[in-house]
Amino acid sequence: MKKAEPKHKRLISFTVNGDDIEVEISASDRLIDVLRNKLRLTGTKEGCGIGECGACTVLMDGAPVNSCLVPAFQAEGSVIETVEGLDASGKLHPLQEAFVEHTAIQCGYCTPGMLMSALALLREHPEPTREEITRAISGNLCRCTGYHQIIAAIEDASAKMKTTE
Amino acid sequence: MSSFTVVNHPISRIDATTKVTGRAEFADDLAFDRMLYGQVLRAKYPHAKILELDTRKAEEAPGVAAVITYADISGAQAIGPVRPDMPIFVSTRTMYLGDAIAMVVAETPEIANRALDLIRVEYEELPTIFDVEEAVSEGALQLHKDYPGNIVNHYPLRKGNVEEGFKASDVILERTYTTQLIEHAYIEPEAAVAVPGSVDGNVTIYGSIQNPFTARRHVAQVLGVSLNRVRIIQCAMGGSFGGKDDVVSAVCARAAVAALKTGRPVKVVYTREESLIESYKRHPYVMKYKVGATRDGRLLAMEIYILADAGPYSSMTPFVTWRSVVQATGPYEVPNVKTDVYGVYTNNTYTGAMRGFGSPQIIFAQESLMDELAKELGMDPLEFRLKNAFKQGSVTASGQVLDEHTVSLMNVIKKATEAIGYSEKQRAYAKNKTARGKVRGVGFAASYRGVSLGAEGVDAAGALVSVQPDGSVYLHSGLAENGQGLKTIFSQIAAEELGCRFEDIVFMDTDTSVIPDSGATVASRSTTMGGSAVRDAAKKVREVLFGVAAELLNAPHEEITAAGGKMYVNEDPARCVDFRDVARAAYGKGQLMAALGWYQAPKVSWDEKTGQGKAYFTYVYGCQVAEVEVDCDTGQVKVLKVVAAHDVGRAINPATVEGQIYGGVTMGMGYGILEEVELQDGVTKTRNFDEYLIPTSMDVPEIVPIIVENPDSYGPYGAKTIGEPTCELLAPAIANAVYNACGKRIRRLPLDLERVLLGYSLRAARGKRGSEQA
Repeated sequence: MKKAEPKHKRLISFTVNGDDIEVEISASDRLIDVLRNKLRLTGTKEGCGIGECGACTVLMDGAPVNSCLVPAFQAEGSVIETVEGLDASGKLHPLQEAFVEHTAIQCGYCTPGMLMSALALLREHPEPTREEITRAISGNLCRCTGYHQIIAAIEDASAKMKTTE
Repeated sequence: MSSFTVVNHPISRIDATTKVTGRAEFADDLAFDRMLYGQVLRAKYPHAKILELDTRKAEEAPGVAAVITYADISGAQAIGPVRPDMPIFVSTRTMYLGDAIAMVVAETPEIANRALDLIRVEYEELPTIFDVEEAVSEGALQLHKDYPGNIVNHYPLRKGNVEEGFKASDVILERTYTTQLIEHAYIEPEAAVAVPGSVDGNVTIYGSIQNPFTARRHVAQVLGVSLNRVRIIQCAMGGSFGGKDDVVSAVCARAAVAALKTGRPVKVVYTREESLIESYKRHPYVMKYKVGATRDGRLLAMEIYILADAGPYSSMTPFVTWRSVVQATGPYEVPNVKTDVYGVYTNNTYTGAMRGFGSPQIIFAQESLMDELAKELGMDPLEFRLKNAFKQGSVTASGQVLDEHTVSLMNVIKKATEAIGYSEKQRAYAKNKTARGKVRGVGFAASYRGVSLGAEGVDAAGALVSVQPDGSVYLHSGLAENGQGLKTIFSQIAAEELGCRFEDIVFMDTDTSVIPDSGATVASRSTTMGGSAVRDAAKKVREVLFGVAAELLNAPHEEITAAGGKMYVNEDPARCVDFRDVARAAYGKGQLMAALGWYQAPKVSWDEKTGQGKAYFTYVYGCQVAEVEVDCDTGQVKVLKVVAAHDVGRAINPATVEGQIYGGVTMGMGYGILEEVELQDGVTKTRNFDEYLIPTSMDVPEIVPIIVENPDSYGPYGAKTIGEPTCELLAPAIANAVYNACGKRIRRLPLDLERVLLGYSLRAARGKRGSEQA
């Protein structure tokens, strides 16, 4: 996708992984551009630019969004969570641990977006069915894994998060 | 249980933590001071003369540092693995829509993008050729004057006498099968950053590069410098599947030319649309098979004629089609064979390496044909195949006797078909005929596959193991991680052989300045070739450490063993010393604790005229069975369950082997029912994932992997291969299952709604809809 010409600049403020951020943006900036280029949070990936592959999935006020489709100015006042926030405590999140244990990763490019979709699901439905998991990650394309080990990892993380509560 | 400590265990991937935390560095994640951004201008027409190219206005635009064209290249204008026919920038003639004409380099990607519109190109459209049969016909337009008949290459294979074979046959069947153009669809598009070095002519390139040594060779050729002036460091790769080879060499070369011209780092990152338009794809094949058999089901003769659409550049076509000629008859004993495979130049998007590499096409044909022939003979497809299947000592179409490894074809076929209850289901579903609603079917396909490059070319690889004074280990390899798990597998082999702890190994990203040229990470050769090199290096270092341990333990050298971070006396494991202490002691004694390992493939042979020879030094065998549901009202095929049995020799890591099977089966399903890059008169119509559909989590069926282990005499610990065989079998298994379900035989991939419901596609070509029908 060709990007439009930047015209106007303005300051916006929002929260990213718990930090209050103030950043100058152009009218044509997308949320993914701000995250990756301005804040250097490069864990969020771009794969298609049209909201089809889900590699750029982040949580915006708790809901998974394709950050390539969100104009940056819409992030004003919102709470954004990216993959970098998952282990902010210094310890891997149970979802991350499960992905490691289940070999739910190959090239790893879809992984951050996949994790964010899974996180949104588990917050909404702590004990999802296999069908709910499959549906929740259906907007995240993976070309390597065939999804099986990813689904198993999310199931396992759900079980582990329940027992540690 | 396994007699190994590290190998043969489902250990977590060594790169897993960096990947789940978002810290893994992919090429587009890198940033350098004063970095510029390159944007490529591509052809407007698939075949046109360039009358005039004017870049002045773009060069003058504010924020533009340079516009690069063919005129900026001092070395080779064109590259290619076999034949240097793919220009980095076209100068006089475009040959397909993805051809690059110029690259704007600017302060931001946006400025570069806008400046593309300021470049003026004047074209004169030329006649085009998009159909392979037309391309090889008498009087056809010639795309390359040195290659008459538009023939890229021709591989004949002759065994026995097919005329006599057909004469003696009771049943003869002639069928044509065709396959489509498909895209690798790695989720990370092409990306590289070139950083000019401090010495003239030096450049370092970081990128999403499948084959660092290939990219280095091509960049050096284009710059006109020696190999040691170009350093390639591979970044984490967001998928490749054979796809980040030639096209990425071109990306690297353009970035390097621009970096040296501007004296600044230059990053080039493609959008999905650019990737789909420019990058090479899987070859579409037209395959004419004639087969003869006796009434009781013994294959007597096969005559095969194949045209592979190469697009305008040779790329890997000579290698891809070579694998096809070797394996075209499938894993069956056929006494009389005549095969001719041709690569053909056209103005379609060029084609090259993609996971499977000339096998998915021919397996679709031959395994559909086996079912069709069984039906003609009134035999059960399974019984018919088993009657002709390779067994120990069988002779292949190229005259190779299969006696140096376990020929496990029957075993994998039986395991896979029994696991799904093929025979009972096949009989039951065949009876259940209805033209409406949803019906089920089951089908399978089997294959044999040569491991590594075979007689394609030089086959050797290297690895460097370096134990540090504290017992931690660096591992370098000439073959590179593509996402498949190479770093993990190689580290397991190093840990097993050294006896150190797996977690004490750090695998360094492949760097062409550190490790010898090991060829390309292709042909599912990494575990066999690179793994053997790692083992060789580790063994050399271990011998040194054993000598030191023997002194520390006061025991003879030959009685020392190492495992799990300890070195101990064989007969008395209590007498042990920590691996780290041995390393410390060895360092203190001034011992060399690093070694370069090297592995050369066993000898193979090929006669270009007869297609006879020992094509590969070993083979793997696989069988996949699919159970499907066909909606007779819509033509939709839903794959319900897949069983995939693969002989891998030895599973170095069963979890990553399963990962390869899940992923390969899914990719094979996409090939079978979903995917097709649509070209209309050479113009790419499917430009992003909204139109080019790859399987989502909602599409994948239940997949049951069955790992079969028959240790090989060559690969490390008997390991062979798994990457490619997993994705070559499902399309024909689905086609056979669809026939079983509804009696429709589809001989053209993919089995999408239109082909299943109507028998042809409604897609437009040459300005007409439903052109396949006409």
